[in-house]
Amino acid sequence: MAEPAEVNGEKSKTALDDGIEIGAARLTPEKIEKVINSVIKGETGARLKTYVETCIHCGLCSEACHYYLSHDNDPKFAPVGKVKQTMWEMLNKKGRVDQEFIKRAAEIAHTECNLCKRCAQYCPFGIDIAYIISVVRRIIHRLGVTPLYLQDTAHSHSVHMNQMWVKGDEWPDTLQWQEEEAQAEIPTLRIPLEKEGADIMYSVIAPEPKFQAQLIYQAAVIMDAAGVSWTMPATIGWDNSDMAMFTGDNELMGRLKRTHFETAFRLKVKKIVMGECGHAFRSVYDMGNRWLGWKMPPLPIVHAIEFYYDLLKEGKIKITKKYDKPVTLHDPCNVVRGGGLHEMARYVAAAVCEEVVEMTPNREHNYCCCAGGGVINCGPPYKMKRINGNRVKAEQLFAAKARGAKVLIAPCHNCHSGLHDIVHHYDIGLDIKFFGDLIYECMEKPEAVEA
Amino acid sequence: MHEIYNFVSGPLTWVAFILFFGGCLYRVTRLIRLVKLKEPFIFTYMSWYYSLRSILHWLTPFGTENWRRHPVLTIVTFTFHICVVATPVFLLSHIILWEESLNISWWSLPDGLADVMTVLVIAGCIFFLVRRLKLPEVKYVTSTSDFVILSIVAAPFVTGFLAYHQWFAYPVMMVLHVIAGQVMLVAIPFTRLSHMIFSVFTRAYMGSEFGKVRHARDW
Repeated sequence: MAEPAEVNGEKSKTALDDGIEIGAARLTPEKIEKVINSVIKGETGARLKTYVETCIHCGLCSEACHYYLSHDNDPKFAPVGKVKQTMWEMLNKKGRVDQEFIKRAAEIAHTECNLCKRCAQYCPFGIDIAYIISVVRRIIHRLGVTPLYLQDTAHSHSVHMNQMWVKGDEWPDTLQWQEEEAQAEIPTLRIPLEKEGADIMYSVIAPEPKFQAQLIYQAAVIMDAAGVSWTMPATIGWDNSDMAMFTGDNELMGRLKRTHFETAFRLKVKKIVMGECGHAFRSVYDMGNRWLGWKMPPLPIVHAIEFYYDLLKEGKIKITKKYDKPVTLHDPCNVVRGGGLHEMARYVAAAVCEEVVEMTPNREHNYCCCAGGGVINCGPPYKMKRINGNRVKAEQLFAAKARGAKVLIAPCHNCHSGLHDIVHHYDIGLDIKFFGDLIYECMEKPEAVEA
Repeated sequence: MHEIYNFVSGPLTWVAFILFFGGCLYRVTRLIRLVKLKEPFIFTYMSWYYSLRSILHWLTPFGTENWRRHPVLTIVTFTFHICVVATPVFLLSHIILWEESLNISWWSLPDGLADVMTVLVIAGCIFFLVRRLKLPEVKYVTSTSDFVILSIVAAPFVTGFLAYHQWFAYPVMMVLHVIAGQVMLVAIPFTRLSHMIFSVFTRAYMGSEFGKVRHARDW
């Protein structure tokens, strides 16, 4: 990845990403113009037109954006500034832009915006700047210039219906492995595979079996202790994640969600419970389902936060001893600004932990972790973009630590990883946990044997 | 001069109002038709309750996080926008013209108050101009058209103020004022001044999505 790409026999300067460099090198001015106009005229409608024409260029969206704030109020990172560098130019030039422009637009749209929608909250007109950026991503996808690492996950989705190249029986193998591990602790525990008619289908994101299998272990223990009727599929359709949503590959997003929903239908479950993920919630709740024509998801989707809330409230899970280190709660964009789960998350935190220190701003106004929206999935070439683009998050975390927090709850995989990079780089010294980690550690496990 | 004045305050006024009302109607109709054609899902998610909830929060000074973050701008913009609409609508001299033409009339502002409101509008325009020139995040996204629409809005109030006080060249100033007002009316549906109409729709939609689907506040 560090070597410059060779394009037309010439080594290009500091090529950060082959997906962008090689993709752009294949473009002609005619193709660029054709695709841009095809997307804008053929695929967009009143929203794009009205948003661009109504924006009064007031700049009030600027302070909403963590990139803008973290880059010392550099206007190029303001939401409207990012739209100026991408969509405005494409519209004004009627698609007649060049390769260099497309490369820069790809970089801005995929690594300088997390699609977190905080800007839509701050715009007096409620203009959805994140939507405009996603249209830019769609154009980049149709031009074949998506960043390499992100596109690779889309390829994996396309071939295996999961984003991590988990092939065929690697999936049920992983489940059975975790089941065995868990049986050392709880001999009667089972992960029911392919159980038709169970109440719940539990779904996870592909990174879980790939390198976070203990999360499946923990989930199985929670399900077991709560005595819920659940299952997991042994077939494809187990992965609820959706990188295609972030590359602008709507057609692939549709295939993924159709497979996911149809797997749940096949198992005749009453609802899907999903692990602590942010973007997957977005995908099943208001992106993938809409592409497929469903106003709301075709069967209830319960995010882990809501699931734990229900279990704790109904007493199906009992906490034997509360977590004693003071915690602070990070509100993930997609489930809080995107799903209103902030109060349920606080209920769970208060039920499991002795002391919860609020960070500010919080709830819907929390700053994004800078990893979501596919940005962390653009891989190592863009890590520093996320670190430099979210200094305000570090400041926010330092402030929470000063008020006593020792542990950071991040109920979303991407947030977890992104916050880990920030905590590590800025040397903040907070442990990062999922709700599942804390519940597993503090809950009563009736069937557990002595270690 | 009288002939010119009669022309601008007669036939040209008709043209201006027809283009204003017709233009607004045309743009709104086109918007709704475009939604129906390309993004009909918007109708599915629109909600009266959540739309109004969002609109009311944003129509209240300091009713949203971002208004609170910018107290001076909030005071200026609310004052400006209230006065920019209320002054021409409730100005006595305008109402007299309506009464003479169409025999309709309504409550009017005391002239002294209208004078103050006019100055507030002009001051607001200066504030917006300075803001656009000085704040980097605004300057970065500013182009000639932004200055043009600001001038279009300022002109009727400057010329109106000067005409009312009859400080100099009164007949010319009167004619300029009428034309300036007409330019603004016609510009509203066809420039970014249309945010007057469209911001209600975009706000309503975002309020609906945030409220009804996302169960979160968009203020």
